[in-house]
Amino acid sequence: MLCNTLKTNGFCAKALNFYLTYIMPKITLTVNGKTHTHEVEGRLLLVHYLRDTLGLTGTHVGCDTSSCGTCTIHLDGKAIKSCSLLAAQADGSSITTIEGLAPEGELHPLQEGFKEEHGLQCGFCTPGMIMCAADLLSRNPDPTEQEIREGLEGNICRCTGYHNIVRAIQYAAQKSAVAV
Amino acid sequence: MIPSSVDYTRASSVGEAIRLLAENPDAKLLAGGHSLIPAMKLRLNSPALLIDIARIAELRFIEDTENAIVIGAASTHADIITNQYLKGLTAMIEAGELIGDTQVRNMGTLGGSIAHADPSADWPAVLLALEAQIKVQGADGERIIPAAEFFTGFFSTALDSGEIVTEIHLPKAAVGSASAYRKFMQPASRFAIVGCAASVTVEGGVISAANVAFTGVSDAAFLDEGVASALIGKSATLENIEAAASAAAEGDMHINEDHFASQAYRKHLAKVYAKRALAGACGL
Amino acid sequence: MSNKFIGKSVKRIEDKRFITGKGRYTDDIVLPGMTYAYILRSPYAHARIRSIDYSAAEAMQGVVTIMTGEEVGHYGVPCGWQVNFKNGDIMKEPPHPLLVKDKVRHVGDAVAMVVAETRELAQDAAEAIIIDYEVLPAVTDASKAVLPGAPLVHDDVPNNICFDWEIGNPKAEVDEAMASAHHITSLDFVNQRLSPNAMEPRSYIGQYDNVYDKYTLYTSTQNPHLIRLLMCAFVLGLPEHKVRVVGPDVGGGFGSKIYHYTEEALVTLASKKIGRPVKWTETRSEAFQTDAHGRDHVTHAEMGFDAQGNIVGLRIKTFANLGAYLSTFGTAVPTYLHGTLLQGLYTTPKIHLDMTCVFTHTTAVDAYRGAGRPEATFLLERLVDLAALEMGVDPAELRLKNFIPAFDGVTQPGYQTNVALQYDSGNYHSVLERGLEMLGYENFRKEQAEAAKTNKILGVGFSTYIEACGIAPSAVVGSLGARAGLYEVGQVRVQPTGKISVFTGAHSHGQGHETTFAQVVADRLGIPMEDVDIIHGDSDTVAFGMGTYGSRSLAVGGSAIVKSLDKIIEKGAKIAAHKLECSADDIEFKDGKFTVKGTDKSLSFGDIALTAYVPHVYPANLEPGLDFSSFYDPTNFTYPFGCHIAVVEIDKETGFTRVKRFIAVDDVGNVINPMIVDGQIHGGLAQGIGQALFEGVEFDENGQITNGSYMDYTMPRADDLPMFELDRQVTPCPHNPLGVKGAGEAGCIGSTPAVVNAVIDALWSAGHKVKDVRMPMTPERVWKAMQPA
Repeated sequence: MLCNTLKTNGFCAKALNFYLTYIMPKITLTVNGKTHTHEVEGRLLLVHYLRDTLGLTGTHVGCDTSSCGTCTIHLDGKAIKSCSLLAAQADGSSITTIEGLAPEGELHPLQEGFKEEHGLQCGFCTPGMIMCAADLLSRNPDPTEQEIREGLEGNICRCTGYHNIVRAIQYAAQKSAVAV
Repeated sequence: MIPSSVDYTRASSVGEAIRLLAENPDAKLLAGGHSLIPAMKLRLNSPALLIDIARIAELRFIEDTENAIVIGAASTHADIITNQYLKGLTAMIEAGELIGDTQVRNMGTLGGSIAHADPSADWPAVLLALEAQIKVQGADGERIIPAAEFFTGFFSTALDSGEIVTEIHLPKAAVGSASAYRKFMQPASRFAIVGCAASVTVEGGVISAANVAFTGVSDAAFLDEGVASALIGKSATLENIEAAASAAAEGDMHINEDHFASQAYRKHLAKVYAKRALAGACGL
Repeated sequence: MSNKFIGKSVKRIEDKRFITGKGRYTDDIVLPGMTYAYILRSPYAHARIRSIDYSAAEAMQGVVTIMTGEEVGHYGVPCGWQVNFKNGDIMKEPPHPLLVKDKVRHVGDAVAMVVAETRELAQDAAEAIIIDYEVLPAVTDASKAVLPGAPLVHDDVPNNICFDWEIGNPKAEVDEAMASAHHITSLDFVNQRLSPNAMEPRSYIGQYDNVYDKYTLYTSTQNPHLIRLLMCAFVLGLPEHKVRVVGPDVGGGFGSKIYHYTEEALVTLASKKIGRPVKWTETRSEAFQTDAHGRDHVTHAEMGFDAQGNIVGLRIKTFANLGAYLSTFGTAVPTYLHGTLLQGLYTTPKIHLDMTCVFTHTTAVDAYRGAGRPEATFLLERLVDLAALEMGVDPAELRLKNFIPAFDGVTQPGYQTNVALQYDSGNYHSVLERGLEMLGYENFRKEQAEAAKTNKILGVGFSTYIEACGIAPSAVVGSLGARAGLYEVGQVRVQPTGKISVFTGAHSHGQGHETTFAQVVADRLGIPMEDVDIIHGDSDTVAFGMGTYGSRSLAVGGSAIVKSLDKIIEKGAKIAAHKLECSADDIEFKDGKFTVKGTDKSLSFGDIALTAYVPHVYPANLEPGLDFSSFYDPTNFTYPFGCHIAVVEIDKETGFTRVKRFIAVDDVGNVINPMIVDGQIHGGLAQGIGQALFEGVEFDENGQITNGSYMDYTMPRADDLPMFELDRQVTPCPHNPLGVKGAGEAGCIGSTPAVVNAVIDALWSAGHKVKDVRMPMTPERVWKAMQPA
């Protein structure tokens, strides 16, 4: 609507261009292997883009302060908190969410580990935990218990007391080691 | 939690970012965004325009030059702690590993952190102890600000409004000198209640130069001259370090207070952490 | 029963959707035409509203409607439990309006609701609402709110006292026992206020269908039917059969999602008003202000001992903070869920609790994991450990001396306490003995003596607890003031092909019912687990239910399912007898087969299921079909118990305290799925340790929460906790068919005092003979305890 107003008021092409660039950034990104292009509000958070625009509701929102980690995804291969990033900041990036961690019908060793070791209860923190743990194992394939605990410092679980999450990650590390 | 409406643009060069900043007085620079976006979500900060500088290639590098390791301001905390050139600057690695969490370290940047100048952030203490030089650029060109002059107060720096931090120069560790960072964490936010960076040069068993810097203790990170001067000329023993550390956070200064740490307790922790950081730097 | 599944750590059926990001929580649901609500809340703890101007907001782009107290303030949410004053007067029960018209009573009190096309626009418009407040003084501490001159939360509640209450032996008898005591240990302490912090923030969607004149409420709740009943019968006056309440996947509750919250009624009303679905999802900041808090007791307690170390009396005065409004079960928690547990595991002959329940300008307080029982356990276990230190006796020995002797509740009667309850079965000595063995007690004391000379001192703390679970016999709770029954409903529908659909009124929000209940059903019917589907959380498919709280799902909900299974087997036997031409008494059911006793003539469960729905060859006078629904109302609470032991290490220079070891030996009766039970214990331990060391809602003098975010409220994280060392003892519950007692809260009830006791023990070992360190025992508080007075 504003765009039309600008046009009818005879704004020069430069102004219109300014408006399009500044006000509704057009973003193109790859999510779980699929390329998407959308015009988004500047203030749209990446987590809301994933949940509301793309319908990928496995990524959750559990706090307001980048503290809980339930919104953890991979941006260009690294774990980040998608609640603290604008969708526009991710323009041109490749994103993996929990839905895309393993091919459809298969489980990633971490997903398997969480199930085998009872690493989840209500499941709300689980996608973020798994995405964070995947980053940890990519940097450190054979972490100690303490390294696992420190690696999870950005993720809160209220159900498990972390005991079985640690074991789930140990399971995945072991399984991946065998696979290699 | 949703920010107020804001326009967004991505600058492709430092020059463009400086021009945009000059043209838009209500604009803010956005690097990792890990201080700014949370503040915007709480609507504590509502800029009209965000100028994203995170992807400016000339700001993201780590270089080994003759006299210094030079870090581009948009380098992330994760870039720093995994970089081979920085291995000799132990305090940088130790501090970087204690910032936030994995996810924050993957997004947050060194330049963003120091420009924000949170009084509990880790980097400022380390840059002070390592005598970093901070290169900034504005419409009038570049200038170098020593770290000791950069952090001027509570969330405030020597940066002018149109300026961007571009590089951080860390003098290479002199022979016989070493550094360490020790942090007593606020358990919820994991910011520093007390963070202490120490850099010590030992020649023939005797301390010839020392810097001790704190974060979290006062309204800005600061060099504690009292501790440092008490060390010069002393042999690097635990007893001497403990004696010097007992002078930490004394004198006429504001000491922070919150429900995790009163002023008295913070002051006490400063002495304990000065001792621990110095002991770490001296390999004791 | 074949026990092919019961007792086995079967991996959870529900996990698949959660680990792949396919869980469906309320905020994940998008309905066509959906709008978004934002609730404007009071920034003040106590203030009069002079005016509200929302004209500018109403005119903003995308705003659909704005509601205020003028429109809906006459609706209010009820309290579900009436407690009377000592003198018999009914408790004070001021209204809790959906939106406040006149006066706000805590930070976060709801003043207006904006409904808009998007979440962003709703919040933008709310910022444009102008409210003129006259700020009034506030009071947040229950023990201060009762003092003369304290600001009143409700003008018609004198001294802010909702009610006073007592339980136990007559006060004079307790005074007499205490007067005769050789030693009295006394302690003043605060059992601090906690925020439950389920990771999923509360989320609701109201939807009204004008074709069928039907409402649907999607809600992150622990008990959808209870919400429907309360909202229809006590709040909005809607016809219950025209309201469907769905509790989809719920991201944790811990008590905080039991209650009927104002926002559930608000989105329902708004959806009718605008004819479109309305979604509201709270932020974490709102959760800190509005999700019912837990605990918050200010207590003076005394325990008397004779010269031989036998407990002779227990005398307690407590002020319990209820917050600004009564939450659904807020009144029951400090009374019937707390006072009734003060016998603990001890033979204490005389007990008296004097309780005053108080309104303050704070968030409502209600049940949080354990609910009253952690407070009772904390009080007892702190006193016993402190008494041991004061009298110079061993804390484990002192407990063993005072424990109630073992009883099985079958050949021996239950144990009648002095505080109304009768324990079902127990064997208390052995859990402590096992804990000591796991600890390596003697070695530990040697290690501790060594550590006392270093910078890292060590301490050990014990906690031996009992709790009352499986809430509860309806007649009993009814006589105590509950305004609801507390049975559970379980329907088992055998499909013609022999597959089973189970409908349970219990609700799973992490407990793993879809697995545990399926294990029970599959074992009883001798069929594979994949032939069983557990359905819960939808009032249109599940007949009725009371929901999940108080560790009741399996003990009460599971028992209701077992009752239906028994009916199915009984009817199946009649069908089998007809087909096999014998008497039903000659049929036995085992391993999924109906067999004529002593023969090899048999029919499979599947054959009988098909016959029931294709009744061509069928007994006369027997209805076709195989589908039974049962209500199970327990005859008593269940009483899990156990022993928790914490070992802590304190940095003498900083006071920083780390839990080095945590040992838990729990007896929760029979166990269906050990993996799930262990998981429940782990989670409870983390929350209990969290209370001891990290958590606590703090208010300033104006009633502002000063740590209402994860940047300031310390949630236990992975690197704050050790691996837990668990063991189990099994004393079956004698009065329910599965012999189960409940495991949801045990970890949280026992662990807190173990950690506090360990810190105190460490401090005494280093010569700092303090009675208490206030929780959460932050490094500074522990450090201060070590400084010269």
